[in-house]
Amino acid sequence: MIFSIMTIINLIACKSVGPSDRQYLSDSEMQLAIKKCEKMELNFMLYREGSSGANGGKSGGGCGCN
Amino acid sequence: MVKINLFSLFFLFMIFNSYAQIIKLDTVMYEKKKLTFEEANLVNSYYSQNGIHSAVTGGIGSEKLTDVSNTFDIKFSKQNQFGIKKTYGAEIGVDYYSSASSDKIDYKVSSASSSDVRFYPSLNYSRENLKSGVTTGGQVSFSSEWDYKSFGGGLHFNKSSKDKNTDIGFRANAFYDIYTLVIAEGLRKNSSGGRREKGVEGTSPRTSLDASLSLSRVMTPRLQMSLILDIAYQQGLLSTPFHRLYTSDGALTKEILPSSRFKLPIGLRVNWMVSDNITLRSFYRYFKDDWGLSSHTMQMEVPIRLSTYFVIGPFARYYKQSGNKYFGAYQTIDPTTEFKTSDYDLSDFTSTHTGVSLKYNLFKAYKYFNLNALECRAGYYNRSDGLHAGIVTVSLQFRGN
Repeated sequence: MIFSIMTIINLIACKSVGPSDRQYLSDSEMQLAIKKCEKMELNFMLYREGSSGANGGKSGGGCGCN
Repeated sequence: MVKINLFSLFFLFMIFNSYAQIIKLDTVMYEKKKLTFEEANLVNSYYSQNGIHSAVTGGIGSEKLTDVSNTFDIKFSKQNQFGIKKTYGAEIGVDYYSSASSDKIDYKVSSASSSDVRFYPSLNYSRENLKSGVTTGGQVSFSSEWDYKSFGGGLHFNKSSKDKNTDIGFRANAFYDIYTLVIAEGLRKNSSGGRREKGVEGTSPRTSLDASLSLSRVMTPRLQMSLILDIAYQQGLLSTPFHRLYTSDGALTKEILPSSRFKLPIGLRVNWMVSDNITLRSFYRYFKDDWGLSSHTMQMEVPIRLSTYFVIGPFARYYKQSGNKYFGAYQTIDPTTEFKTSDYDLSDFTSTHTGVSLKYNLFKAYKYFNLNALECRAGYYNRSDGLHAGIVTVSLQFRGN
């Protein structure tokens, strides 16, 4: 299923976006990494919820929580 | 099996296709840069919560807790004429918390965990080849709190396509934690010693391993997305030794959970610049583990650029959790059950987190650095079992000249 999702993503984005068309993608709000300000929120959710991971944060360990 | 293999081959073909470029002699020389300051962030947050289902007192009692967190990270980089960029980073974090529930480890006197400091430094390194788009690196981390010590290490690998439209990443981390077994009053064998030693009955290890595979893709000049698959495995002490539990016959015992846990979260992040001033940041995650816990997480943030300097971003997050099979409320669990917990963090619930972020782009230049941005983010968290919390975060970003 994961491979098929990845393949679909690759198929949809078949046209390459060149450096001259990247002014929107370079915007700080468009970055795919989590914001520094969000890290603390992720940290408390790691304690208050049973799930973790797949969001750029930790998947457990090293903090005494789940 | 044949179906999976066909999908794998097709997927690999598509990836290679993405990287397919006309081979030519690359004679590009890069600008040589000596070690310079690149970026630093100072992040401070205040968190406060309250609720009525403390796990320390068996699923009843105050969950009042406040936490003040401060982190500072800094990054330096250098680059040679062959396009090899090396980045060196360091981060240090200090949290101070006070907790009413942990204070109930002892009934009468204020226990050691009623307030404490968590200290967590880390170092990281990465090496990026600007020609090939390959980045490799690693990090080491340490974390220390009153009842545990943790040592962590990890490696990562990223490969970007020539056109920088596709990025595939792999990351692996390992943590080795040493837990001090602090037993709650009423269950302990050792009642002697001072404030820090009372109830301590040895130590227990815990190992956490996780691997992550990610695919990031530019879809259009205004849309990009990433897919992250994590696999995590934990072994050792996974229950909290000072969590009390009252079984259906009224007897007092402690939380007991299996000594291993396998977790499988998958996340999808899509960022879309709807117009020149409005961006839509969205995230979805599905999580499942072998304790029977599953969850869906949906998050949306809409940063709106009001001017060159000012961005306002309302956000909302919805989380739905189907609790693990070992959870039971106060005095509801069969005493003969092998694994049991009254920790509501592992129960069935839904939660919402709503708030707003305000960002002010300062662009203020100094001799050695630029004061780049000031961001403030405030949110209110509400869980369906009655727990509610507020968090305010302020961050200051510095950039190199």
